[in-house]
Amino acid sequence: MSDTAASGPVMSADGVPLKRSLNRALRAQKIRALALIAPLLLFVLITFIAPIADMLFRSVENQIVRETLPETVQRLGDWDADSGEPPSEAVFTALYADIFLAAERKLHTRLGSRLNYEETGASSLFRKTGRRVDRFDTDIYTDQITDLDPAWEAGATWAALFEAREARSALPFTARSWERWTDFVINEEEDDPLEEDVPDFLYTALYSELADGAGAGLDPRVDQVIDALPGFETVSVREQFLDADEDWGGADIWRTIQTYSPAYTSGYFLNAVDMEKGTDGPQFRPENEQIYLTLFKRTMFMSMVITFSCILLGYPVAWILANLPARTANLLMILVLLPFWTSLLVRTSAWKVMLQQQGVINDTLVWLGLVDDGSRLVMINNQFGTIVAMTHILLPFMILPLYSVMQTIPPTYLRAAKSLGATNWTAFWRVYFPQSVPGIGAGSILVFILSIGYYITPEIVGGTTGTFISNRIAYHISSSLNWGLAAALGTILLAVVLVLYWLYDQIVGIDNVKLGG
Amino acid sequence: MVALTPISRTPVSFYVPVVAAAGAFAGLLVGTARDNSLLGVVLGALLLAAIAFAVTQLIENERLARWAIFAVFALAGLVMGGLPALVVGAAFGLFFGWFIFWLFEGRYRERLAPYLTPGQVLWHYSFRVICGMIFFFLITPIVVVMPLSFNAEDFFTFTPEMLQFKPEGYSLKHYEDFFTNADWQQALWNSVRIAPVATLLSVSFGTLAAIGLSQPHVPFRQVIMAILISPMIVPLIISAAGMYFFYSRIGLQGTYLGVVLAHAALGIPFVIITVTATLVGFDRSLTRAAANMGANPVTTFFKVQMPLILPGVISGALFAFITSFDEVVVVLFVGSAGQKTLPWQMFTGLREQISPTILAVATILVVVSIALLTTVEMLRRRSERLRGMSPG
Repeated sequence: MSDTAASGPVMSADGVPLKRSLNRALRAQKIRALALIAPLLLFVLITFIAPIADMLFRSVENQIVRETLPETVQRLGDWDADSGEPPSEAVFTALYADIFLAAERKLHTRLGSRLNYEETGASSLFRKTGRRVDRFDTDIYTDQITDLDPAWEAGATWAALFEAREARSALPFTARSWERWTDFVINEEEDDPLEEDVPDFLYTALYSELADGAGAGLDPRVDQVIDALPGFETVSVREQFLDADEDWGGADIWRTIQTYSPAYTSGYFLNAVDMEKGTDGPQFRPENEQIYLTLFKRTMFMSMVITFSCILLGYPVAWILANLPARTANLLMILVLLPFWTSLLVRTSAWKVMLQQQGVINDTLVWLGLVDDGSRLVMINNQFGTIVAMTHILLPFMILPLYSVMQTIPPTYLRAAKSLGATNWTAFWRVYFPQSVPGIGAGSILVFILSIGYYITPEIVGGTTGTFISNRIAYHISSSLNWGLAAALGTILLAVVLVLYWLYDQIVGIDNVKLGG
Repeated sequence: MVALTPISRTPVSFYVPVVAAAGAFAGLLVGTARDNSLLGVVLGALLLAAIAFAVTQLIENERLARWAIFAVFALAGLVMGGLPALVVGAAFGLFFGWFIFWLFEGRYRERLAPYLTPGQVLWHYSFRVICGMIFFFLITPIVVVMPLSFNAEDFFTFTPEMLQFKPEGYSLKHYEDFFTNADWQQALWNSVRIAPVATLLSVSFGTLAAIGLSQPHVPFRQVIMAILISPMIVPLIISAAGMYFFYSRIGLQGTYLGVVLAHAALGIPFVIITVTATLVGFDRSLTRAAANMGANPVTTFFKVQMPLILPGVISGALFAFITSFDEVVVVLFVGSAGQKTLPWQMFTGLREQISPTILAVATILVVVSIALLTTVEMLRRRSERLRGMSPG
């Protein structure tokens, strides 16, 4: 040993230290392995992981308020929501500009439906206001300003005015509004803003800023307006909004806008657990409006019942499959695998056929005289239907892992226990059962994971009382279009599943998932 | 299975009461159907006790006795309730004929360990009956669908004509509807167009990755495996929601390509799992031997590795195919009316217009799944044989 130590590290044949050349070989192997995996990994990342990430993002994303009402949101910042009073005239002026543009771009209804999730009535409020906003009496400002100098009617005058940096910084609100409007005309109407009529809200914006004392000395035309200001006839923008809908006079809608103005919100998650943003932080909704917690509880409860029924029915079957001679067991295995391989829709339709009031079970019971023809059992469109159908559908997922565990338990153990004097029950409970627990664990988690995310079967046989949280998610995606809430509900469900998946990995290991025996 | 215990005929005091109890149960069923349970129980018990005593003590020939019981019960059924009752009666007859002699000759002990107590024997058979009921529960819904699909009426239930086995109660009209209706044919065509392409995608990517994953040194193996398996673990509704949001952002929502990509992603875990399982038994020295003899990696893959892992690849492909072919939640959201697949059409059918054509389609699909199941089973056995894991 001392020889090699004296002559330095061990060398390979080509004079490179062995350690390095081994490392290089290992690295080449790693790179080759990764190169083989990379295409699939990329594929899964794009087609599957990105969508999941998108859903997570949507559950907190809330750009719409800030994008549709940028000026309002900015000015509403210092409004005290606890005052119970609507905000100042300046905020109304900002809202006027925002709503006018939103109505032109037909975005106000979308914002309305978004806010309607939080504050009932917001949808109709925005729709009504959007219809009224271009008939506001604010045209008196337009008339008075253009009377002073008809050049104000031309877009070119405005464009020239806001070319100058000083004008943009002296009259920021008007400048931004002008820019938003020209952007809209150019990009969405594909017209030349210089040839369009300058809309009323810009005159109102200009008036409001000039009346606040800004803009003096910028331009002779502006000075002319400032000079004439004391003689101007005025109109309250707030009154205009109140005319359109008196809800603007209350504090509720303003509080909602203020609460939901940040770009990211926990609102969807609060909604998903039946809470809402109140004046002093999150609070639970009234008892009678709590639907999601009920639904989560029901999903959990029914999944547990289904898992338990699967254990109850799957255990004897797995036992008999594991203890019968191979030939018979293989034949019986077909009875387990056939449902496993049969289309989910086929099995669901089969249960519909079996369970309905004119269905096979009821017919048989009536024929046997166990049930009167007039009082057929109601077994479908309720929890019972969902539990029976899903137990049947998920039973193979319980039997297969149980079977593979039970196969490894030597039958001699039971005989040994009995020969030592144990009763049947003791031998089973103290010797056999503990060894089969890993199978129960694996099967239960698998069945539970599968059942809490089930959609098709509860939708068809569940009616209203037998539906799961997934049915609500689907409803929010396709019917109520409240995607944020759907995403938040989905995220919560996903979190539950991932925790269970982690447990499953601890107990069984993902590498040990077996398919079809 | 060999006989474990020498058997002998049992005393009258054992088998007659047991048969009588079974008869009482059968009588209960028949009696309830006739609105008189109590009379049914008493009559059933007495009748069966008498029959059991008579056939064992008077008719020495077992075969003759069993045929006689069968004929009597079938005839009684016919007299009581026509053709459907004849079938039930015949079934009762077969059962009791077998049951009486099974008990009388003591055959029930034959295959059990000699030291079992009567209680244990009873439990043994009760357990079998319970298991039989569970198997019945597993298979009945699938079996019930089949005859119903030949219903001549537009009902989801058995008509009196069907129960009396009259030819006019049966017809192929729902199958005809399936093969001529444009909606169903379009749906079938869409399924056939989507599933194979999605399968091809997941199999080609998945096999490569599985080979990569089974190399001895893979960095971040656990993480990569978790990501690749995730489409199987994440509930379908969540996958569907995410894909709907994301695919509509990038313009894939409602397109053929979108559905194919989504289904390929869902099928990948199955390919990974089956192929890696096959690769566990793969002897690496074979590839080294091939390389030693001058084969390049591509030749080695196709000539040596591929034939050996082919069973795993094919069963993975079948899983991926059935996943896509059966899938409805994702296609419901990611697809548009132009990508309506067979399961989607069945789903709308079940939710909106209840048409027995669904049952005809279901029967066809059950036949298809029996074919797939057989293929997978054969492949699994072949693969185990090739790898020398089991003699079968």
